[in-house]
Formats: sequence, structure tokens, C-alpha cells
Amino acid sequence: MGSWSEYIANVRALPRTVWESLVRHGAPVTDRSRAEAVFQNLFLHIHPTRVHRWSLRWSYTMGLGLICAASFVVLTVTGVLLMFYYKPSMALAYQSIKDIHYVVPTGRFIRNIHRWGAHLMVIAVILHMARVFFTASYKKPREMNWVFGIVLLILTLALSFSGYLLPWDQLAYWAVTIGANIAQSPREITDAAGITRYIDIGGFQKTLLLGSRSVGEDALIRFYVLHVVFLPLVMGVFMGLHFWRIRKDGGLSRPADADRRLGPAAEDVTPVFTQAPRKSYGLMAVVRGTSSNVGRGPENTLPSWPHLMTAEAAVFMFTLAVTVAISFFLDAPLKEMANPLVPENPAKAPWYFLGLQEIVSFSAFAGGVLLPVVTLLGLVLIPYLDREPEGVGDWFGAASRGRKVALRSAVFGLAAVIAVEAFAIRFGWLRSWYPGIPQIVITFFNPGTVLTFLYIAYSLWVIRGENSTRLGAIAIFTCFLAGFIVLTLVGTWFRGPNWEFFWSPSRWPVH
Amino acid sequence: MSVDDPGKGVGRRDLLSLAAWGAFCASLATALVGAFRLPNPSVFPEPSLKVKVGPPGSIPELEYRKVAGRNLFVSRGEEGVFAISAVCTHLGCVVAPVPSGFHCPCHGSRFDALGRITGGPAPRGLDWLKVAKAPDGELVVDEGETVPPGTYLKI
Repeated sequence: MGSWSEYIANVRALPRTVWESLVRHGAPVTDRSRAEAVFQNLFLHIHPTRVHRWSLRWSYTMGLGLICAASFVVLTVTGVLLMFYYKPSMALAYQSIKDIHYVVPTGRFIRNIHRWGAHLMVIAVILHMARVFFTASYKKPREMNWVFGIVLLILTLALSFSGYLLPWDQLAYWAVTIGANIAQSPREITDAAGITRYIDIGGFQKTLLLGSRSVGEDALIRFYVLHVVFLPLVMGVFMGLHFWRIRKDGGLSRPADADRRLGPAAEDVTPVFTQAPRKSYGLMAVVRGTSSNVGRGPENTLPSWPHLMTAEAAVFMFTLAVTVAISFFLDAPLKEMANPLVPENPAKAPWYFLGLQEIVSFSAFAGGVLLPVVTLLGLVLIPYLDREPEGVGDWFGAASRGRKVALRSAVFGLAAVIAVEAFAIRFGWLRSWYPGIPQIVITFFNPGTVLTFLYIAYSLWVIRGENSTRLGAIAIFTCFLAGFIVLTLVGTWFRGPNWEFFWSPSRWPVH
Repeated sequence: MSVDDPGKGVGRRDLLSLAAWGAFCASLATALVGAFRLPNPSVFPEPSLKVKVGPPGSIPELEYRKVAGRNLFVSRGEEGVFAISAVCTHLGCVVAPVPSGFHCPCHGSRFDALGRITGGPAPRGLDWLKVAKAPDGELVVDEGETVPPGTYLKI
């Protein structure tokens, strides 16, 4: 009889006992259970149990890094769904995209989310980089995490580019033909030196990418594998590293006097630590860096549960809401099926590569290989060439000089890129005046390299004049952003058939 | 880390350790070379790059004929028959014939009637392709084999 009643009691207690075996801590109402809610959960334990109030300020992070991560999650989920219907072969790829668009229930919506989510991710990654740069968050001890961030930027662009071929439409085919020939463009140098026969770096890269001489079946499979397996895996690894390093580098950056500027917390906020605890504090890990809490209480911190978690959930929902809203009203583009005999005119890459395409239209090697490599190398080196410790955690550095230099650099950057572009569009370049000029001269002296030279010279002049490497870094980064934006706009809106300049697409000649 | 006497130079354990590291790096390098060999096929998967373009008499004189299904033009001058690739040497778009020669739609490269560069970003003129006579009398163009510009096949 005793066993029977015990059995009935067990059945009644079933929901509670199952829940308790899943979640071992109680309701998150005490400091201890709030901490347990974070560090006893596999998916949350990359977060700290307590987070500084500065890190939760929207005006500081704008949630941009989280938008990148949220976009990646959205893209992974929608990408896996699309894989159920997509067929990576020349004969079937285009038809399967058509099927996804017209036949598969919700297929069109899912593809729209995947396409627009990818665009959102590129925007978010660039803005996140700008946020980290302008708040000087790349400085010691966060140099390597900045480098990981650059790797993530490259991976994001590589994922976008590899996904671009899969629909196998005209846009895809010609954008990737152009991309593959950019990979081949080191031949501009080896040809000039007459050594292509012996060292053909360009040819090797193109073959590596396409598995063939032209974009075909093998290229499609390669791009598919890169897009759905290889690059997402590498991306996952680097995202893990990136998040992990945030913790190990002492959390998000903040100014040295953050506590004073924040003032006391509002009274209704879940308890804030402000005093040193009486007993020595148990640490989950010994953290290096200036924010090490050894021997001190975690001042001015809030429990991650609920403060950080609700903030993150809000950003995830914002990201999802934006992509879903756009996808509801706008369809992802799909042109006619790829035709290797008739190129698109104009054949344009996705918008974030149009700045590149604009400088490629002067020299394939300079615009497609040399200048991107110089730019990425410059970005990677920024934290190692500017090691001034001041100004971390403040937009443009708290001193007014940073803001002024940023403004001046923006004006200079815009003026330089517009002047160089206007000159090249109005008067042409060397080949228009001297048709017989060797290509190697144009490779190293063209509007793209001239612009880069002007930007570098300007930032070096700022370093000397202002006597600050941080201000020099602000100068070159602001110039780079200005150049990127203007070149992208020119490539997107002002270039028409034959890559000629038009004030608006409505003036393009009718065929 | 060596426990050997520091005065003796490279100790026994150091040497073994260095040898182990060397073996590790060598095997890693070999594996990498192998991994990079894999994506480079020894035979390209495309169909034959040789295409028959008809008997010499069918080649138009002083104007271009685009060969159906291929990105190349054939023509006949006073010196003989020649073939020009329609693939732009800049970034691989297909050029279109215009009265003055050829224009590339992608980045505005311009070529004259013999494929020589006259403007735009292309690093060199259009490729000339090898023309040969097949046993049945038709002409064959090999897209895979370029010849120096100005190479004609005498008819």
C-alpha cells in the first residue's frame, strides 16, 4: 500500500521532478541562482555571471556584434531549410531555385530571409567594426580579438560571394566569372615579368576556385561545398574564439572612469555590487587584464540573468523582425538562367563588392588583389601600430581632438575619392591618352592606388602633426570608410552599360 | 628546458626534441602539399575546346562571324584565315563586335578590329587562337591554344 501511494505521488510530481532534473537551480531570484542560471547552462555559460553596467548601454555597443551573431543564426537555419530543395548541378540548380520560389510552401519567404539576412549581416559586420574602432576597443589586451574580427569580416564576405553562384542565374554566373578572373589577375604581374610560364599564381588560384577553366559544374560544386560546409564551420570556430576572447580580455571595453560617470544605479534595478565583499571572492576563472577582480568585489555589475539575457533576446528579435519584414515585401532577385555566351550588361556584383568592382575597372590586379590585401593588412596592423592606451571606451576618445580629426578625415576622405573618381570619369586615365602604355604602369599607377596613397600620406601627416598614433589611426580608418562608401555608391548607382558613367539608371541606353 | 649541461651546446634531448619537431613539420608540409594537389585536376572536365568552323570558303572576308555556341570570332583577311577569342583579357566577360572593333560590356575595355587594346582596363589585346585544317577540309579552331597576334592560316 505504501508503494502505491508513493507511485501516485511520483506521477503527480512528474512535471516538477522532470523540470528539476533539467534545471538544477531554483528560480533566478537570488544572486546565487541568477549566477547558476548562466553558468550551469551549456548555451549561456559563455556569458559572465555578472556584467558591468557600461556594457549594457545601447549607446555604446548598439547591439551590433549581437546583430551579426543573430544574422548568422538566422542564415544557418534558413540555409539548412533551403538545402532540402536546392540541387547543386548545372542542369537543376536554376530550376530548383524556381521551385523554391514558386512551388515550395513558404520557400520564397525562406529564400528572401536568407538573401536579405546575408545583406544585413554584411552591413552589421562593417558597422560593428566601425563601432569597435571608434571606441578604441582594439587596444591592449584586445588586439588579437580585433584580428579575429577581421577574419570574421573576410569569412562573411566569402560566404556571401560563395552563395552568390548557387542560383545559377545570369547575375551569379557573370559575378563569379569576374571573381574567378580577379583571382587569376596576379598574371598581370607575372606576364609583365615574363615568368607566367614558370610561376603561375593567378592560374593556380583560378583553378583552385573553379576546378576548371571556366565557371561550370565543378565550380558550382566547389562553391556549394564552401558555402554550406567549409566556410560556416570555419566561421563557427572563429565566432567561438571571438566570444571567448571577449571574456578572457576582461569583457567589453569601457573607460577607466566608467563607474564615476555611470553614477549610482536606479533603485529598482536588480542588486548592483558596489562594495568589496567581506570574504575573498570565488572566481570561476582567473581573468587577465585590467579588470581582473582578484581581491575585489565586482563593482557596478548587474547579474547577467536577467539584464544581459533580455538585452540579447531583444537584439535577436529585432534582427529577426527586420529580416522578416523586408522579406515579406521584397523578393530576392533571380535573373534568367546562366548563359556563358551572353554577359549581363552591366554585370554587377552584390553591392558590397561594387566599390571593389569600381577600382577593378582600372586594373584587375591592383583593384582586386593588391588594394584589398593592403587594406586588410592595414586593418590587422592597426592595434599594433597604435598602442596609445588613452581613450579606450569612449567614442572618438573623450578629448575633442579625436572628434575633430574624424570630421576632418571624413571631409578629406570624401573630397579625395570624389576628386579622383571625377577626374578618371571626366578625363579618362593613362590608356586613354597613351594607348600603347605597358599594363604594369597602370597596375601601379591608377585611381585606386593614387587614392590609397593619398589616404596613407594624409594619416602619416596627421600622426606627425597631431603627435598621436591614435589620431592617425582615426584618420586612415575614416578615410577608408569614406572611400568605401563613395566607391560603392558610384558602382551601384552611377555605372551603367559598358561600365560607363550615368547620372541615373533611367538614362541608360535602351537596347 | 634541457636538463643537459648548458655548456655542451645542443644536448641529446634537445636534439631528439628538434628532430621530432622537424619530423612533425615535414609531415605536415607533405600533407599540405597533398591537400593542395587535390583541387587541381590533371584533366579539365570541359568538352573539347576544338571546334569545326566550316570550310575556308565559308569564312566571311573582312568581317567577323561569331561561332555558334563558342566565344570566338573567325574572319578572313588578305593574309589568310584567323580566329580571335571573344573573352575579354580583363575579367573574362564576352566582348561584343562594334564598327570600330570590340567592346567589353563589363568594364568598358575597347579593342580594335584586330583585337589590339585601345582603351579600358584590359591588360593586353584579345587572344588569337590557333586555326588548322582538318583532314575533311574544314577549318578547326582550338580555344585552348593561343598564337601570337598576326598569325594567319594561308588558304
